[in-house]
Amino acid sequence: MKLKQNNFLINAPMHIFVIIVAIIWIFPTVGLLITSFRPSADVASSGWWTVLAHPFNFTQYTLSNYRDVITNIGIGRAFINTLIITIPACTLPIIIASFAAYAFAWMEFWGRRFFFILFVGLLVVPLQMTLIPILRIFNQLGLSGSFVGIWFAHAGYGMPLVIYLMYNYISGLPSEMFESSTIDGATPFQIFKSIVIPLSVPAIASITIFQFIWVWNDLLVALVYLGGTPDVAPLTVRISALVGSYGQNWELLTAAAFVSMALPLVIFLGLQRYFVRGIMAGSVKG
Amino acid sequence: MRTHWYTPWLYVIPALLVLMFFLIYPSINTFIISFFGPQSEEFVGFANYIYTFTNEVMLTAFRNNLLWVAIFVPMTVFLGLVMAVILDRVRYESIVKSIIFMPMAISFVGAGVIWKFVYSYRPIGSEQIGILNAFLSFLGAQPIPWLIERPWINNICLIVVGIWIWTGFCLVILSASYKGIPRELLEAARVDGANELRIFWKIILPLMKPTIAVVSTTMFINVLKVFDIVYVMTNGSFSTEVIANRMYKEMFIFRNYGRASSIAILLLLFIIPMIVINVQRFREQEAIR
Repeated sequence: MKLKQNNFLINAPMHIFVIIVAIIWIFPTVGLLITSFRPSADVASSGWWTVLAHPFNFTQYTLSNYRDVITNIGIGRAFINTLIITIPACTLPIIIASFAAYAFAWMEFWGRRFFFILFVGLLVVPLQMTLIPILRIFNQLGLSGSFVGIWFAHAGYGMPLVIYLMYNYISGLPSEMFESSTIDGATPFQIFKSIVIPLSVPAIASITIFQFIWVWNDLLVALVYLGGTPDVAPLTVRISALVGSYGQNWELLTAAAFVSMALPLVIFLGLQRYFVRGIMAGSVKG
Repeated sequence: MRTHWYTPWLYVIPALLVLMFFLIYPSINTFIISFFGPQSEEFVGFANYIYTFTNEVMLTAFRNNLLWVAIFVPMTVFLGLVMAVILDRVRYESIVKSIIFMPMAISFVGAGVIWKFVYSYRPIGSEQIGILNAFLSFLGAQPIPWLIERPWINNICLIVVGIWIWTGFCLVILSASYKGIPRELLEAARVDGANELRIFWKIILPLMKPTIAVVSTTMFINVLKVFDIVYVMTNGSFSTEVIANRMYKEMFIFRNYGRASSIAILLLLFIIPMIVINVQRFREQEAIR
Protein backbone atom coordinates (compact mmCIF):
# COMPACT_ATOMS: atom_id res chain seq x y z
CA MET A 1 0.00 0.00 0.00
CA LYS A 2 2.75 2.34 0.98
CA LEU A 3 4.60 1.51 -2.21
CA LYS A 4 1.59 2.34 -4.34
CA GLN A 5 1.10 5.71 -2.71
CA ASN A 6 4.75 6.36 -3.18
CA ASN A 7 4.44 5.53 -6.87
CA PHE A 8 1.57 7.89 -7.26
CA LEU A 9 3.47 10.71 -5.60
CA ILE A 10 6.45 10.08 -7.84
CA ASN A 11 4.35 9.78 -10.98
CA ALA A 12 1.98 12.72 -10.57
CA PRO A 13 4.57 15.38 -11.47
CA MET A 14 5.58 13.30 -14.47
CA HIS A 15 2.02 13.13 -15.79
CA ILE A 16 1.53 16.84 -15.17
CA PHE A 17 4.77 17.60 -17.01
CA VAL A 18 3.82 15.46 -20.00
CA ILE A 19 0.37 17.00 -20.22
CA ILE A 20 1.74 20.53 -19.99
CA VAL A 21 4.22 19.82 -22.78
CA ALA A 22 1.45 18.35 -24.93
CA ILE A 23 -0.73 21.40 -24.34
CA ILE A 24 2.10 23.82 -25.16
CA TRP A 25 2.75 21.89 -28.35
CA ILE A 26 -0.82 21.83 -29.60
CA PHE A 27 -2.04 25.24 -28.41
CA PRO A 28 -0.55 27.38 -31.19
CA THR A 29 -2.16 25.21 -33.86
CA VAL A 30 -5.50 25.18 -32.08
CA GLY A 31 -5.35 28.96 -31.93
CA LEU A 32 -4.77 29.11 -35.66
CA LEU A 33 -7.65 26.75 -36.38
CA ILE A 34 -10.14 28.59 -34.16
CA THR A 35 -9.12 32.02 -35.44
CA SER A 36 -9.65 30.94 -39.03
CA PHE A 37 -13.34 30.32 -38.21
CA ARG A 38 -13.99 33.61 -36.38
CA PRO A 39 -15.48 36.77 -37.92
CA SER A 40 -12.88 39.48 -38.49
CA ALA A 41 -14.45 41.91 -35.98
CA ASP A 42 -14.16 39.29 -33.23
CA VAL A 43 -10.59 38.41 -34.18
CA ALA A 44 -9.55 42.03 -33.95
CA SER A 45 -11.23 42.68 -30.62
CA SER A 46 -10.67 39.56 -28.52
CA GLY A 47 -8.30 36.63 -28.17
CA TRP A 48 -9.23 33.30 -29.80
CA TRP A 49 -9.27 31.57 -26.40
CA THR A 50 -12.38 33.54 -25.42
CA VAL A 51 -14.47 31.15 -27.55
CA LEU A 52 -13.43 28.33 -25.21
CA ALA A 53 -15.77 29.81 -22.58
CA HIS A 54 -18.70 28.51 -24.60
CA PRO A 55 -17.21 26.42 -27.42
CA PHE A 56 -20.53 25.05 -28.70
CA ASN A 57 -22.12 28.39 -29.40
CA PHE A 58 -21.89 28.06 -33.15
CA THR A 59 -23.00 31.60 -33.92
CA GLN A 60 -19.45 32.73 -33.12
CA TYR A 61 -18.01 30.77 -36.04
CA THR A 62 -18.09 31.57 -39.73
CA LEU A 63 -16.84 30.07 -42.98
CA SER A 64 -16.54 33.44 -44.67
CA ASN A 65 -12.75 33.67 -44.12
CA TYR A 66 -12.29 30.51 -46.15
CA ARG A 67 -14.60 31.80 -48.86
CA ASP A 68 -12.57 35.01 -48.92
CA VAL A 69 -9.10 33.51 -49.11
CA ILE A 70 -10.05 30.83 -51.62
CA THR A 71 -11.89 33.07 -54.08
CA ASN A 72 -10.71 36.63 -53.47
CA ILE A 73 -7.07 36.43 -52.50
CA GLY A 74 -6.01 33.57 -54.66
CA ILE A 75 -5.47 30.74 -52.21
CA GLY A 76 -7.71 28.48 -54.30
CA ARG A 77 -5.52 29.04 -57.31
CA ALA A 78 -2.39 28.58 -55.19
CA PHE A 79 -3.74 25.27 -53.87
CA ILE A 80 -4.19 24.01 -57.42
CA ASN A 81 -0.71 25.24 -58.34
CA THR A 82 0.77 23.37 -55.41
CA LEU A 83 -0.98 20.19 -56.58
CA ILE A 84 0.25 20.70 -60.14
CA ILE A 85 3.79 21.14 -58.86
CA THR A 86 3.74 18.36 -56.31
CA ILE A 87 2.38 15.38 -58.22
CA PRO A 88 4.96 15.21 -61.04
CA ALA A 89 7.70 16.41 -58.69
CA CYS A 90 6.99 13.29 -56.63
CA THR A 91 6.55 10.66 -59.31
CA LEU A 92 9.36 11.78 -61.62
CA PRO A 93 12.31 11.25 -59.24
CA ILE A 94 10.88 8.02 -57.87
CA ILE A 95 10.60 6.47 -61.33
CA ILE A 96 14.06 7.58 -62.45
CA ALA A 97 15.66 6.65 -59.13
CA SER A 98 14.08 3.18 -59.02
CA PHE A 99 15.80 2.25 -62.27
CA ALA A 100 19.16 3.50 -61.04
CA ALA A 101 18.80 1.88 -57.61
CA TYR A 102 18.01 -1.46 -59.25
CA ALA A 103 21.13 -1.28 -61.41
CA PHE A 104 23.30 -0.30 -58.43
CA ALA A 105 21.90 -3.12 -56.33
CA TRP A 106 21.84 -6.04 -58.73
CA MET A 107 24.06 -5.36 -61.74
CA GLU A 108 27.81 -5.43 -62.05
CA PHE A 109 29.36 -2.67 -64.08
CA TRP A 110 32.43 -0.52 -64.29
CA GLY A 111 32.25 2.49 -61.99
CA ARG A 112 29.31 1.14 -59.98
CA ARG A 113 30.88 1.88 -56.65
CA PHE A 114 32.29 5.24 -57.72
CA PHE A 115 28.99 6.53 -59.03
CA PHE A 116 27.07 5.25 -56.08
CA ILE A 117 29.33 6.99 -53.60
CA LEU A 118 29.14 10.13 -55.74
CA PHE A 119 25.36 9.99 -55.58
CA VAL A 120 25.29 9.43 -51.82
CA GLY A 121 27.78 12.25 -51.32
CA LEU A 122 25.46 14.61 -53.22
CA LEU A 123 22.83 13.90 -50.56
CA VAL A 124 23.97 16.72 -48.33
CA VAL A 125 24.93 19.35 -50.89
CA PRO A 126 22.84 22.34 -49.81
CA LEU A 127 20.54 23.27 -52.64
CA GLN A 128 21.67 26.88 -52.25
CA MET A 129 24.77 25.70 -54.14
CA THR A 130 22.71 25.15 -57.26
CA LEU A 131 20.22 28.00 -57.39
CA ILE A 132 22.07 30.63 -59.42
CA PRO A 133 23.46 28.50 -62.28
CA ILE A 134 20.17 26.69 -62.74
CA LEU A 135 18.19 29.91 -62.62
CA ARG A 136 20.42 31.29 -65.37
CA ILE A 137 19.90 28.26 -67.56
CA PHE A 138 16.17 28.35 -66.86
CA ASN A 139 16.07 32.00 -67.86
CA GLN A 140 17.80 31.22 -71.14
CA LEU A 141 15.52 28.28 -71.87
CA GLY A 142 12.42 30.20 -70.83
CA LEU A 143 11.81 27.66 -68.06
CA SER A 144 11.76 30.00 -65.08
CA GLY A 145 8.21 30.65 -63.99
CA SER A 146 7.09 27.39 -65.59
CA PHE A 147 5.94 24.20 -63.93
CA VAL A 148 8.18 22.04 -66.11
CA GLY A 149 11.31 23.67 -64.71
CA ILE A 150 10.35 23.19 -61.09
CA TRP A 151 9.26 19.57 -61.68
CA PHE A 152 12.74 18.69 -62.83
CA ALA A 153 14.40 20.83 -60.20
CA HIS A 154 12.59 18.98 -57.43
CA ALA A 155 13.34 15.70 -59.19
CA GLY A 156 17.03 16.59 -59.12
CA TYR A 157 17.06 17.67 -55.50
CA GLY A 158 15.12 14.61 -54.36
CA MET A 159 17.08 12.15 -56.49
CA PRO A 160 20.13 11.33 -54.31
CA LEU A 161 17.99 10.48 -51.33
CA VAL A 162 15.43 8.46 -53.28
CA ILE A 163 18.21 6.47 -54.97
CA TYR A 164 19.84 5.83 -51.62
CA LEU A 165 16.63 4.67 -49.95
CA MET A 166 15.50 2.56 -52.90
CA TYR A 167 18.96 1.01 -53.08
CA ASN A 168 18.82 0.09 -49.41
CA TYR A 169 15.48 -1.58 -49.92
CA ILE A 170 16.08 -3.28 -53.27
CA SER A 171 19.50 -4.63 -52.33
CA GLY A 172 17.86 -6.29 -49.33
CA LEU A 173 15.55 -8.40 -51.48
CA PRO A 174 16.51 -12.12 -51.46
CA SER A 175 19.02 -12.94 -54.18
CA GLU A 176 17.47 -16.36 -54.90
CA MET A 177 14.58 -14.57 -56.51
CA PHE A 178 16.84 -12.88 -59.01
CA GLU A 179 18.79 -16.05 -59.70
CA SER A 180 15.78 -18.24 -60.35
CA SER A 181 14.13 -15.62 -62.56
CA THR A 182 17.32 -15.30 -64.58
CA ILE A 183 17.47 -19.06 -65.02
CA ASP A 184 13.87 -18.94 -66.22
CA GLY A 185 15.06 -16.57 -68.92
CA ALA A 186 13.68 -13.29 -67.62
CA THR A 187 15.35 -10.12 -68.88
CA PRO A 188 16.54 -7.51 -66.38
CA PHE A 189 13.63 -5.30 -67.30
CA GLN A 190 11.11 -8.09 -66.74
CA ILE A 191 12.61 -8.75 -63.33
CA PHE A 192 12.49 -5.04 -62.56
CA LYS A 193 8.90 -4.66 -63.66
CA SER A 194 7.35 -7.80 -62.26
CA ILE A 195 9.47 -8.53 -59.17
CA VAL A 196 11.39 -5.52 -57.93
CA ILE A 197 8.72 -2.84 -58.24
CA PRO A 198 5.81 -4.88 -56.79
CA LEU A 199 7.98 -5.97 -53.84
CA SER A 200 9.15 -2.41 -53.20
CA VAL A 201 5.70 -0.96 -52.66
CA PRO A 202 6.16 -0.36 -48.90
CA ALA A 203 9.41 1.52 -49.50
CA ILE A 204 7.90 3.46 -52.39
CA ALA A 205 4.96 4.45 -50.19
CA SER A 206 7.20 5.97 -47.50
CA ILE A 207 9.42 7.67 -50.04
CA THR A 208 6.43 9.11 -51.90
CA ILE A 209 5.04 10.57 -48.69
CA PHE A 210 8.39 12.07 -47.80
CA GLN A 211 8.91 13.64 -51.21
CA PHE A 212 5.28 14.80 -51.27
CA ILE A 213 5.58 16.60 -47.95
CA TRP A 214 8.93 18.05 -48.91
CA VAL A 215 7.68 19.52 -52.20
CA TRP A 216 4.32 20.56 -50.78
CA ASN A 217 5.98 22.51 -47.98
CA ASP A 218 8.89 23.87 -50.02
CA LEU A 219 9.30 27.62 -50.14
CA LEU A 220 12.82 28.35 -51.40
CA VAL A 221 12.80 26.34 -54.63
CA ALA A 222 9.43 27.76 -55.66
CA LEU A 223 10.46 31.28 -54.74
CA VAL A 224 13.57 31.08 -56.89
CA TYR A 225 12.33 29.26 -59.99
CA LEU A 226 8.70 30.35 -60.10
CA GLY A 227 8.80 33.86 -58.67
CA GLY A 228 5.72 35.43 -57.17
CA THR A 229 3.44 35.44 -60.21
CA PRO A 230 0.02 34.45 -58.88
CA ASP A 231 -0.84 32.10 -61.75
CA VAL A 232 2.05 29.75 -60.89
CA ALA A 233 2.85 30.54 -57.23
CA PRO A 234 2.20 27.68 -54.80
CA LEU A 235 0.61 28.06 -51.36
CA THR A 236 3.85 28.65 -49.48
CA VAL A 237 4.90 31.52 -51.74
CA ARG A 238 1.43 33.04 -51.75
CA ILE A 239 1.05 32.86 -47.97
CA SER A 240 4.45 34.33 -47.24
CA ALA A 241 3.46 37.24 -49.50
CA LEU A 242 0.17 37.60 -47.60
CA VAL A 243 2.04 37.82 -44.30
CA GLY A 244 3.50 41.05 -45.65
CA SER A 245 0.37 42.53 -47.19
CA TYR A 246 -2.36 41.28 -44.82
CA GLY A 247 -0.16 41.35 -41.71
CA GLN A 248 -2.92 42.27 -39.26
CA ASN A 249 -5.83 40.39 -40.89
CA TRP A 250 -5.30 37.33 -38.79
CA GLU A 251 -8.62 35.72 -39.77
CA LEU A 252 -7.45 35.64 -43.40
CA LEU A 253 -3.86 34.62 -42.70
CA THR A 254 -4.93 31.79 -40.43
CA ALA A 255 -7.51 30.51 -42.91
CA ALA A 256 -4.94 30.60 -45.72
CA ALA A 257 -2.38 28.81 -43.56
CA PHE A 258 -4.89 26.15 -42.63
CA VAL A 259 -5.73 25.51 -46.29
CA SER A 260 -2.05 24.81 -46.86
CA MET A 261 -1.81 22.51 -43.82
CA ALA A 262 -4.95 20.49 -44.39
CA LEU A 263 -3.69 17.90 -46.86
CA PRO A 264 -0.38 17.15 -45.10
CA LEU A 265 -2.28 16.82 -41.81
CA VAL A 266 -4.76 14.38 -43.35
CA ILE A 267 -1.88 12.29 -44.66
CA PHE A 268 -0.15 12.49 -41.29
CA LEU A 269 -3.22 11.36 -39.38
CA GLY A 270 -4.32 8.76 -41.93
CA LEU A 271 -0.99 7.16 -42.81
CA GLN A 272 0.97 7.91 -39.68
CA ARG A 273 3.25 4.89 -39.84
CA TYR A 274 4.36 5.49 -43.42
CA PHE A 275 4.52 9.20 -42.75
CA VAL A 276 6.87 8.89 -39.80
CA ARG A 277 9.01 6.37 -41.66
CA GLY A 278 9.18 8.63 -44.70
CA ILE A 279 10.10 11.73 -42.72
CA MET A 280 12.77 9.84 -40.79
CA ALA A 281 14.26 8.52 -43.99
CA GLY A 282 14.21 11.94 -45.57
CA SER A 283 15.83 13.80 -42.74
CA VAL A 284 19.26 13.83 -44.32
CA LYS A 285 18.17 15.60 -47.48
CA GLY A 286 20.29 18.55 -48.61
CA MET B 1 21.63 -12.15 -66.07
CA ARG B 2 21.47 -11.93 -69.82
CA THR B 3 22.87 -8.44 -70.28
CA HIS B 4 24.93 -6.36 -72.63
CA TRP B 5 27.73 -4.25 -71.23
CA TYR B 6 25.58 -1.18 -71.66
CA THR B 7 22.42 -2.53 -70.03
CA PRO B 8 23.24 -1.17 -66.54
CA TRP B 9 23.93 2.23 -68.03
CA LEU B 10 20.45 2.39 -69.53
CA TYR B 11 19.16 2.21 -65.97
CA VAL B 12 21.64 4.63 -64.45
CA ILE B 13 21.96 7.30 -67.13
CA PRO B 14 18.63 9.10 -66.63
CA ALA B 15 19.48 9.60 -62.95
CA LEU B 16 23.03 10.57 -63.80
CA LEU B 17 21.88 13.20 -66.29
CA VAL B 18 19.45 14.74 -63.81
CA LEU B 19 22.11 14.82 -61.10
CA MET B 20 24.72 16.26 -63.45
CA PHE B 21 22.39 19.01 -64.53
CA PHE B 22 20.84 19.91 -61.17
CA LEU B 23 23.61 19.19 -58.65
CA ILE B 24 27.07 18.54 -60.07
CA TYR B 25 27.36 21.16 -62.79
CA PRO B 26 25.68 23.97 -60.78
CA SER B 27 27.86 23.31 -57.73
CA ILE B 28 31.04 23.66 -59.80
CA ASN B 29 29.62 26.72 -61.53
CA THR B 30 28.67 28.36 -58.24
CA PHE B 31 32.23 27.85 -57.03
CA ILE B 32 33.56 29.63 -60.13
CA ILE B 33 31.17 32.57 -60.09
CA SER B 34 31.89 33.17 -56.42
CA PHE B 35 35.18 34.70 -57.67
CA PHE B 36 33.42 37.01 -60.13
CA GLY B 37 31.48 40.25 -59.89
CA PRO B 38 27.71 40.74 -59.53
CA GLN B 39 26.88 39.52 -63.02
CA SER B 40 29.95 37.28 -63.41
CA GLU B 41 31.60 39.64 -65.88
CA GLU B 42 34.87 40.48 -64.20
CA PHE B 43 37.17 38.41 -62.03
CA VAL B 44 37.37 39.83 -58.51
CA GLY B 45 39.45 37.23 -56.69
CA PHE B 46 38.46 36.84 -53.08
CA ALA B 47 36.59 40.14 -52.89
CA ASN B 48 33.22 38.43 -52.40
CA TYR B 49 34.57 36.31 -49.58
CA ILE B 50 36.19 39.31 -47.94
CA TYR B 51 32.89 41.12 -48.16
CA THR B 52 31.11 38.11 -46.71
CA PHE B 53 33.39 38.05 -43.69
CA THR B 54 33.46 41.79 -43.07
CA ASN B 55 30.02 43.08 -43.99
CA GLU B 56 28.08 44.03 -40.89
CA VAL B 57 24.83 42.29 -41.81
CA MET B 58 26.70 39.13 -42.74
CA LEU B 59 28.42 39.18 -39.36
CA THR B 60 25.02 39.49 -37.72
CA ALA B 61 23.89 36.52 -39.78
CA PHE B 62 26.88 34.47 -38.64
CA ARG B 63 26.23 35.43 -35.05
CA ASN B 64 22.57 34.45 -35.36
CA ASN B 65 23.33 31.10 -36.96
CA LEU B 66 25.73 30.49 -34.09
CA LEU B 67 22.96 31.39 -31.67
CA TRP B 68 20.70 28.92 -33.49
CA VAL B 69 23.36 26.23 -33.16
CA ALA B 70 23.89 27.00 -29.48
CA ILE B 71 20.19 26.92 -28.55
CA PHE B 72 18.31 24.96 -31.19
CA VAL B 73 20.56 21.90 -31.40
CA PRO B 74 20.86 21.16 -27.66
CA MET B 75 17.23 22.02 -26.96
CA THR B 76 15.71 19.79 -29.66
CA VAL B 77 17.96 16.88 -28.74
CA PHE B 78 17.53 17.38 -24.99
CA LEU B 79 13.75 17.75 -25.14
CA GLY B 80 13.49 14.80 -27.52
CA LEU B 81 15.59 12.66 -25.19
CA VAL B 82 13.76 13.63 -22.01
CA MET B 83 10.38 13.10 -23.62
CA ALA B 84 11.47 9.76 -25.09
CA VAL B 85 12.44 8.46 -21.65
CA ILE B 86 9.43 9.90 -19.85
CA LEU B 87 6.83 8.95 -22.45
CA ASP B 88 7.95 5.34 -22.27
CA ARG B 89 6.36 5.24 -18.81
CA VAL B 90 2.93 6.62 -19.63
CA ARG B 91 0.07 4.77 -21.27
CA TYR B 92 -0.94 7.61 -23.58
CA GLU B 93 2.52 7.70 -25.15
CA SER B 94 1.38 7.48 -28.76
CA ILE B 95 -1.06 10.40 -28.53
CA VAL B 96 1.53 12.73 -27.03
CA LYS B 97 4.09 11.58 -29.57
CA SER B 98 1.68 12.38 -32.40
CA ILE B 99 1.03 15.82 -30.96
CA ILE B 100 4.72 16.62 -30.72
CA PHE B 101 5.47 15.18 -34.16
CA MET B 102 2.56 16.94 -35.87
CA PRO B 103 4.45 20.17 -36.69
CA MET B 104 6.68 18.10 -39.01
CA ALA B 105 3.71 17.81 -41.36
CA ILE B 106 3.19 21.56 -41.49
CA SER B 107 5.24 23.79 -43.77
CA PHE B 108 7.67 26.21 -42.16
CA VAL B 109 5.56 28.92 -43.73
CA GLY B 110 2.47 27.60 -41.95
CA ALA B 111 4.44 27.34 -38.71
CA GLY B 112 5.60 30.91 -39.24
CA VAL B 113 2.01 32.15 -39.46
CA ILE B 114 1.00 30.10 -36.42
CA TRP B 115 3.77 31.57 -34.28
CA LYS B 116 3.58 35.08 -35.61
CA PHE B 117 0.06 35.01 -34.24
CA VAL B 118 1.28 33.67 -30.91
CA TYR B 119 3.81 36.53 -30.73
CA SER B 120 1.37 39.14 -31.99
CA TYR B 121 1.80 42.48 -30.21
CA ARG B 122 -0.35 45.55 -29.76
CA PRO B 123 0.56 48.75 -27.92
CA ILE B 124 -0.13 48.93 -24.21
CA GLY B 125 -3.77 49.63 -23.43
CA SER B 126 -5.34 47.78 -26.35
CA GLU B 127 -6.66 44.24 -26.15
CA GLN B 128 -3.84 41.72 -26.76
CA ILE B 129 -4.89 39.00 -29.23
CA GLY B 130 -1.57 37.14 -29.20
CA ILE B 131 -1.65 34.56 -26.45
CA LEU B 132 1.78 35.37 -25.02
CA ASN B 133 1.10 39.06 -24.56
CA ALA B 134 -2.41 38.35 -23.32
CA PHE B 135 -0.85 36.16 -20.68
CA LEU B 136 1.58 38.92 -19.71
CA SER B 137 -1.28 41.41 -19.47
CA PHE B 138 -3.22 38.94 -17.37
CA LEU B 139 -0.27 38.82 -14.98
CA GLY B 140 -0.26 42.61 -14.95
CA ALA B 141 3.00 42.90 -16.90
CA GLN B 142 3.62 45.04 -19.97
CA PRO B 143 3.27 43.44 -23.40
CA ILE B 144 6.51 42.71 -25.27
CA PRO B 145 7.01 43.20 -29.03
CA TRP B 146 8.50 39.72 -29.28
CA LEU B 147 9.72 39.84 -32.86
CA ILE B 148 11.10 43.37 -32.66
CA GLU B 149 12.91 43.34 -29.32
CA ARG B 150 16.50 42.89 -30.48
CA PRO B 151 18.82 41.18 -30.42
CA TRP B 152 18.10 38.33 -28.02
CA ILE B 153 14.35 38.11 -27.51
CA ASN B 154 13.39 38.16 -31.18
CA ASN B 155 16.06 35.69 -32.21
CA ILE B 156 15.14 33.35 -29.39
CA CYS B 157 11.48 33.63 -30.41
CA LEU B 158 12.41 32.47 -33.92
CA ILE B 159 14.51 29.64 -32.53
CA VAL B 160 11.54 28.52 -30.42
CA VAL B 161 9.57 28.03 -33.64
CA GLY B 162 12.34 25.80 -34.94
CA ILE B 163 12.38 23.82 -31.71
CA TRP B 164 8.60 23.43 -31.89
CA ILE B 165 8.92 21.97 -35.38
CA TRP B 166 11.90 19.64 -34.95
CA THR B 167 11.60 18.25 -31.40
CA GLY B 168 9.09 15.64 -32.61
CA PHE B 169 11.62 14.38 -35.08
CA CYS B 170 14.29 13.97 -32.39
CA LEU B 171 11.74 12.39 -30.09
CA VAL B 172 10.72 9.68 -32.54
CA ILE B 173 14.28 8.65 -33.39
CA LEU B 174 15.53 8.79 -29.81
CA SER B 175 12.48 6.94 -28.55
CA ALA B 176 13.13 4.06 -30.98
CA SER B 177 16.70 3.91 -29.76
CA TYR B 178 15.64 4.03 -26.10
CA LYS B 179 13.22 1.17 -26.58
CA GLY B 180 16.11 -0.85 -27.99
CA ILE B 181 17.88 -0.84 -24.64
CA PRO B 182 17.33 -4.23 -22.93
CA ARG B 183 14.91 -3.75 -20.03
CA GLU B 184 16.79 -6.29 -17.89
CA LEU B 185 19.76 -3.93 -17.84
CA LEU B 186 17.71 -1.13 -16.30
CA GLU B 187 15.93 -3.51 -13.95
CA ALA B 188 19.25 -4.93 -12.74
CA ALA B 189 20.52 -1.44 -12.00
CA ARG B 190 17.32 -0.65 -10.09
CA VAL B 191 17.64 -3.82 -8.05
CA ASP B 192 21.20 -2.82 -7.24
CA GLY B 193 19.77 0.38 -5.80
CA ALA B 194 20.71 2.92 -8.48
CA ASN B 195 18.30 5.84 -8.65
CA GLU B 196 16.63 6.89 -11.91
CA LEU B 197 18.91 9.86 -12.50
CA ARG B 198 22.01 7.70 -12.08
CA ILE B 199 20.58 5.07 -14.43
CA PHE B 200 19.97 7.80 -16.97
CA TRP B 201 23.54 9.13 -16.78
CA LYS B 202 25.39 5.85 -16.41
CA ILE B 203 23.41 3.46 -18.60
CA ILE B 204 20.86 5.13 -20.88
CA LEU B 205 22.99 8.02 -22.07
CA PRO B 206 26.12 6.00 -22.99
CA LEU B 207 24.04 3.41 -24.83
CA MET B 208 22.17 6.05 -26.82
CA LYS B 209 25.27 8.06 -27.69
CA PRO B 210 25.52 6.98 -31.37
CA THR B 211 21.87 7.87 -32.01
CA ILE B 212 22.25 11.18 -30.20
CA ALA B 213 25.24 11.94 -32.42
CA VAL B 214 23.24 11.22 -35.59
CA VAL B 215 20.30 13.33 -34.44
CA SER B 216 22.58 16.19 -33.43
CA THR B 217 24.35 16.33 -36.78
CA THR B 218 21.00 16.31 -38.57
CA MET B 219 19.84 19.22 -36.41
CA PHE B 220 23.14 20.99 -37.03
CA ILE B 221 22.68 20.81 -40.80
CA ASN B 222 19.11 22.08 -40.39
CA VAL B 223 20.31 25.09 -38.48
CA LEU B 224 22.87 26.06 -41.08
CA LYS B 225 20.22 26.09 -43.75
CA VAL B 226 17.43 27.69 -41.74
CA PHE B 227 15.58 30.01 -44.10
CA ASP B 228 11.79 29.76 -44.28
CA ILE B 229 11.07 30.63 -40.65
CA VAL B 230 13.13 33.80 -40.78
CA TYR B 231 11.95 34.75 -44.26
CA VAL B 232 8.29 34.55 -43.25
CA MET B 233 8.42 35.95 -39.72
CA THR B 234 10.90 38.85 -39.85
CA ASN B 235 12.72 38.60 -43.19
CA GLY B 236 15.88 39.31 -41.28
CA SER B 237 14.90 42.72 -39.97
CA PHE B 238 15.69 43.83 -36.40
CA SER B 239 18.99 41.89 -36.43
CA THR B 240 17.42 38.49 -37.07
CA GLU B 241 19.26 37.85 -40.34
CA VAL B 242 20.59 34.33 -41.02
CA ILE B 243 23.05 33.06 -43.64
CA ALA B 244 20.56 31.40 -45.98
CA ASN B 245 18.20 34.38 -45.99
CA ARG B 246 21.13 36.68 -46.69
CA MET B 247 22.06 34.57 -49.68
CA TYR B 248 18.53 34.82 -51.01
CA LYS B 249 18.63 38.61 -50.63
CA GLU B 250 22.00 38.98 -52.34
CA MET B 251 20.62 36.89 -55.15
CA PHE B 252 17.18 38.40 -55.66
CA ILE B 253 17.12 41.83 -54.07
CA PHE B 254 20.66 43.02 -54.78
CA ARG B 255 21.21 40.83 -57.85
CA ASN B 256 24.77 40.19 -56.80
CA TYR B 257 25.39 36.63 -57.96
CA GLY B 258 29.05 36.73 -56.97
CA ARG B 259 28.36 37.49 -53.33
CA ALA B 260 25.40 35.14 -53.19
CA SER B 261 27.60 32.35 -54.55
CA SER B 262 30.32 32.99 -52.02
CA ILE B 263 27.71 32.62 -49.25
CA ALA B 264 26.52 29.34 -50.77
CA ILE B 265 30.11 28.08 -50.83
CA LEU B 266 30.48 28.94 -47.15
CA LEU B 267 27.33 26.96 -46.37
CA LEU B 268 28.83 24.02 -48.21
CA LEU B 269 32.13 24.36 -46.36
CA PHE B 270 30.29 24.14 -43.06
CA ILE B 271 28.43 21.07 -44.24
CA ILE B 272 31.34 19.18 -45.89
CA PRO B 273 32.32 17.43 -42.65
CA MET B 274 28.79 16.03 -42.65
CA ILE B 275 29.23 14.76 -46.21
CA VAL B 276 32.37 12.93 -45.12
CA ILE B 277 30.55 11.38 -42.18
CA ASN B 278 27.68 10.35 -44.45
CA VAL B 279 29.95 8.60 -46.93
CA GLN B 280 31.84 6.91 -44.13
CA ARG B 281 28.66 5.66 -42.58
CA PHE B 282 27.68 4.25 -45.95
CA ARG B 283 31.05 2.52 -46.31
CA GLU B 284 30.69 0.93 -42.87
CA GLN B 285 27.21 -0.23 -43.78
CA GLU B 286 28.56 -1.76 -46.99
CA ALA B 287 31.35 -3.47 -45.05
CA ILE B 288 28.82 -5.12 -42.74
CA ARG B 289 27.03 -6.47 -45.76
